[in-house]
Amino acid sequence: MADLRDLYQELIIDHGRRPRNFGPLPQANRRADGFNPLCGDRLTVYLRMAGGVIADARFEGIGCAISTASASLMTEALKGKTVAEAEALFAGFHALVTGVAPPAVATLGKLTALAGVREFPARVKCATLAWHTLEAALHEEAQAVSTEETP
Amino acid sequence: MSAAAAALRDLGAPEFDVAEVRRDFPVLARTVRGRPLVYLDNAATSQKPQAVIDCESRYYAEYNANIHRGIHQLSQEATDAFEAARTRVQQFLNAAQREEIVFVRGATEAINLVASSYGRGLSAGDEILITEMEHHSNIVPWQLLCEHSGAVLRVAPIDDRGALIPEEFGRLLGPRTKIVALAQVSNALGTINPVRELIELAHAHGAVVLVDGAQAVPHLAVDVRSLDCDFYAFSGHKVYGPTGIGVLYGRRALLEAMPPYQGGGDMIRSVSFARSTWNDLPYKFEAGTPNIAGAIALAQAIDYVAARGLDEIAAHEQGLLEYATQRASEMPGLRLIGTAPRKAGVLSFVLDGVHAHDVGTILDGEGVAVRTGHHCAMPVMDRFGVPATVRASFAMYNTRDEIDALFTALVKVRGIFA
Repeated sequence: MADLRDLYQELIIDHGRRPRNFGPLPQANRRADGFNPLCGDRLTVYLRMAGGVIADARFEGIGCAISTASASLMTEALKGKTVAEAEALFAGFHALVTGVAPPAVATLGKLTALAGVREFPARVKCATLAWHTLEAALHEEAQAVSTEETP
Repeated sequence: MSAAAAALRDLGAPEFDVAEVRRDFPVLARTVRGRPLVYLDNAATSQKPQAVIDCESRYYAEYNANIHRGIHQLSQEATDAFEAARTRVQQFLNAAQREEIVFVRGATEAINLVASSYGRGLSAGDEILITEMEHHSNIVPWQLLCEHSGAVLRVAPIDDRGALIPEEFGRLLGPRTKIVALAQVSNALGTINPVRELIELAHAHGAVVLVDGAQAVPHLAVDVRSLDCDFYAFSGHKVYGPTGIGVLYGRRALLEAMPPYQGGGDMIRSVSFARSTWNDLPYKFEAGTPNIAGAIALAQAIDYVAARGLDEIAAHEQGLLEYATQRASEMPGLRLIGTAPRKAGVLSFVLDGVHAHDVGTILDGEGVAVRTGHHCAMPVMDRFGVPATVRASFAMYNTRDEIDALFTALVKVRGIFA
């Protein structure tokens, strides 16, 4: 099996423990909730859209190191991106953590730290929760998002 | 390890030969991620001894047939074995009559059966009392019943140790209390409830009592007549038997008066389009072809447990729990969730600054299987203000070496999250 150190890299531990852009965003004009009831992971993604780009992105909630770090790194990567660019980033990230494509380091940057997740199928849902929640926020979906399959 | 832990570690139960027990469970010989399997997720499901595995496959290989209908040899053999299994369960629970033993899919279905069928006698304003430590399977069926009957669900609170508060329980009983449903042993906390006393209290108020015994049956001897419970539910797979088979014990007079739960074959005496009539107990509650192999293999599992001795198993598991609790108390940043004075072999805990799922993944990397999450007991998690816990739960085949492996792996978790 892959070394646990590949999964729990320093960057992940750091963002898991001290997430960036953590807390509410009073000027947000988009938001969505994500909830994985089996895990208990729960987060809210806030966006401030201005002039067609994501001017600011923050999140809050509780979760494991993987889901928290993923949300933290996501908010860092989103700032200044257009909706189309954010969608492309999500597609690249999804391919990264599910292992369907080799890591595109050039476009994903720090997000490639989460590549180790591909060796742990049970944890993919942790890494993608924030991203699916982002998608719901971008599309202004009211229903809470989950990345757990309905049993 | 402290001197206290070391002393506990050496305190084996010499009459209980764990090495011999382990040889009966083939899966324990395998490795996980290159390390010996340390299986500490027994409250979710236990492993199966070879005798149970062989018993189930023997049915399919040698006398697979449907029961209660064919006159051919195979059907008679299958029927005999299935009904012998019912008698074995009756003896195991010390029920008065074999007709009081209903085979179901598991404890969940047993509780749903009672809520659906006995529950039909409830009306608006009646009350159902459960406890704060219940598994979702002993909460949701009652909520469904409340929804369509207008009955009210009451919840008896637990204290900071995870023990039921008997005075509060008593205060919530009243003339409107029709059903009391409670776990004998909590799956998330390990708490052993004083069910006998609680049942007596509930009966004094005229309520019937259902005991969820899913976590009790593998760890302590159960006598439904001594408990004086009205219904008792358990699952085969937690007591070294197969999945998909479980038992509802019900007092005969109650079962007689209850309407069928599901309609179909085997549960009827006669069917016409104008009217159908019901079969006798227990068949009235066993519509359709049951899990025949499962019931027969469950009886084999009960034989296995009986041969090992439930008192001996309980003593061995208590030794493991004491040792694990001592080791836990010596680990900085570890908080036990569930410290009731009477507990079965469940060690539920959280580690400061590390989410339970991260703990679970790292332990898995060391070959140590534990459960992480809310353990189908979200209200318990809310009560203790945690989203999830790590739960190590013990069975007769676990050893002190395995508990050492758990704590060695927890030190590794600390290292990664340092």
